[in-house]
Amino acid sequence: MIQLESVSKVYKTSTRPALDNVSVDVDKGEFVFLIGPSGSGKSTFLRLLLREEVPSKGRVSVSNFDVAKMPRRKVPRLRQTIGCVFQDFRLLNNKTVSENVAFALEVIGKPKRTITKVVPEVLELVGLDGKADRMPHELSGGEQQRVAMARAFVNRPLVLLADEPTGNLDPDTSQDIMLLLERINRTGTTVVMATHDHSIVDSMRRRVVELDLGRVIRDDRRGVYGVGR
Amino acid sequence: MRASFVFSEVVTGLRRNVTMTIAMILTTAISLGMFGGGLLFVRTIDKMQASYLDDVEVTVYLTQDISANDQNCTAEPCSTIRQSLESNQAVESVVFEDREQAYERFQRIFEGQPELVELARPESLPASLHVKLFDPERSDVIVQEFSNQPGVANVDDQNKFLDRFFSLLNSGRNGTFIVALIAALAAVLLIANTIQVSAYTRRTEVGIMRLVGATRWYTQLPFLLEAVVAGVIGAVLGTGGLIAIKYIALDRILEATGGAIPKIELIDILFPVAPILLGVSILISAVTGYVTLRAYVRT
Repeated sequence: MIQLESVSKVYKTSTRPALDNVSVDVDKGEFVFLIGPSGSGKSTFLRLLLREEVPSKGRVSVSNFDVAKMPRRKVPRLRQTIGCVFQDFRLLNNKTVSENVAFALEVIGKPKRTITKVVPEVLELVGLDGKADRMPHELSGGEQQRVAMARAFVNRPLVLLADEPTGNLDPDTSQDIMLLLERINRTGTTVVMATHDHSIVDSMRRRVVELDLGRVIRDDRRGVYGVGR
Repeated sequence: MRASFVFSEVVTGLRRNVTMTIAMILTTAISLGMFGGGLLFVRTIDKMQASYLDDVEVTVYLTQDISANDQNCTAEPCSTIRQSLESNQAVESVVFEDREQAYERFQRIFEGQPELVELARPESLPASLHVKLFDPERSDVIVQEFSNQPGVANVDDQNKFLDRFFSLLNSGRNGTFIVALIAALAAVLLIANTIQVSAYTRRTEVGIMRLVGATRWYTQLPFLLEAVVAGVIGAVLGTGGLIAIKYIALDRILEATGGAIPKIELIDILFPVAPILLGVSILISAVTGYVTLRAYVRT
């Protein structure tokens, strides 16, 4: 599902590569934690998958798209197969919960009848079916993140990328979000989650890819956070 | 592509930056109004040229001696001058006007100024030969050939007067277009600025649209359409302004010229000026919007 082959990325303003000869394969349906200190290359890794950046060297493949070589006009099609969740939720504050989720379908031209059917289903999946008409500022942090996850998942993406989704949440809420991510993963969606949260990584014992200074220093099938230093 | 979604985004965008939208519409209206005024200028000049050039004459004024003594232009040198003119291939017709006829024409022309008519006498007006040419542009030929002939006091070329008159009108037209161009530049810059502000205000939405895989068209079309809608409203206002100026001021001013400058009809404004203004505004708004989005909005 996701392949990085000898990928390096050097930003123009930096001498040190953000990613240095990274090779990682992620199978369909896998759940992968991407860990490492700040500046290790986690965000660059995710940005390459989304074609927000192109690699300086190497090959990036997502859902059979050759991400680096694809023409710009095909990038939207790639991104429709990927859902994204962020630490800061990135909801639209002037839209209700259901409007926020529907937005992701409206902007890719899905017909109204599809949106009307699918949005309530995904809100029920994330446990927000009674809050469709609430505004984001009326929700807790955990609920806002659930809305973001509903929006990321509503188009049934093949891959879900989560960039520190529990970064702004308390431990209990974080656990709820992780349970939701696991539930999404069980539907067959490949999940790649960048995180600093030791307890989550240690409790879930999933595959752990650790980056440091742009290099993969560890790739454990059932890893924990701290080993490898 | 869902038209209802795009439409609602356009309306939201216009309302969100309402002051800039109004500024954009007004500058567009002013520049298009000036441009429309320039087009009407051109149309009027063309009408006048077509009408006046039909009537333009070269007038050969005869000496006092001939005017006093040769009532029908049958004696020398008047008859020779007349025959030379009539046999000239550039000449369409020659009409002799004696003193009495000249005086009657004087009275008709200046009937609104009786004090002037009081002062004039037939004896003070020369007889003349009125020459119509097939091609008024060739009046120089007659002027050169007959200016120094015996019996000719002077040759008056109306075409030269009209040249100066139309040159003045053309300057007015050019000035109008220059002002329109400057106003158009202001409108273009304002459209570009408004789109940038609009895109910045909606950066969260645009960011999400990019992330979920909206195409460039879906992302950019609402901004483009905002500019086009403002341009269309500006064109309608500009056309309305021209119509208002016509009825409020222009009709009265042109009437005062006594028909020298023809009135501008409503149909002149409605067609072809109004469709041209609409087309130009849509084109400029769309192109400016597209270029601004390519330069400033990441997709």
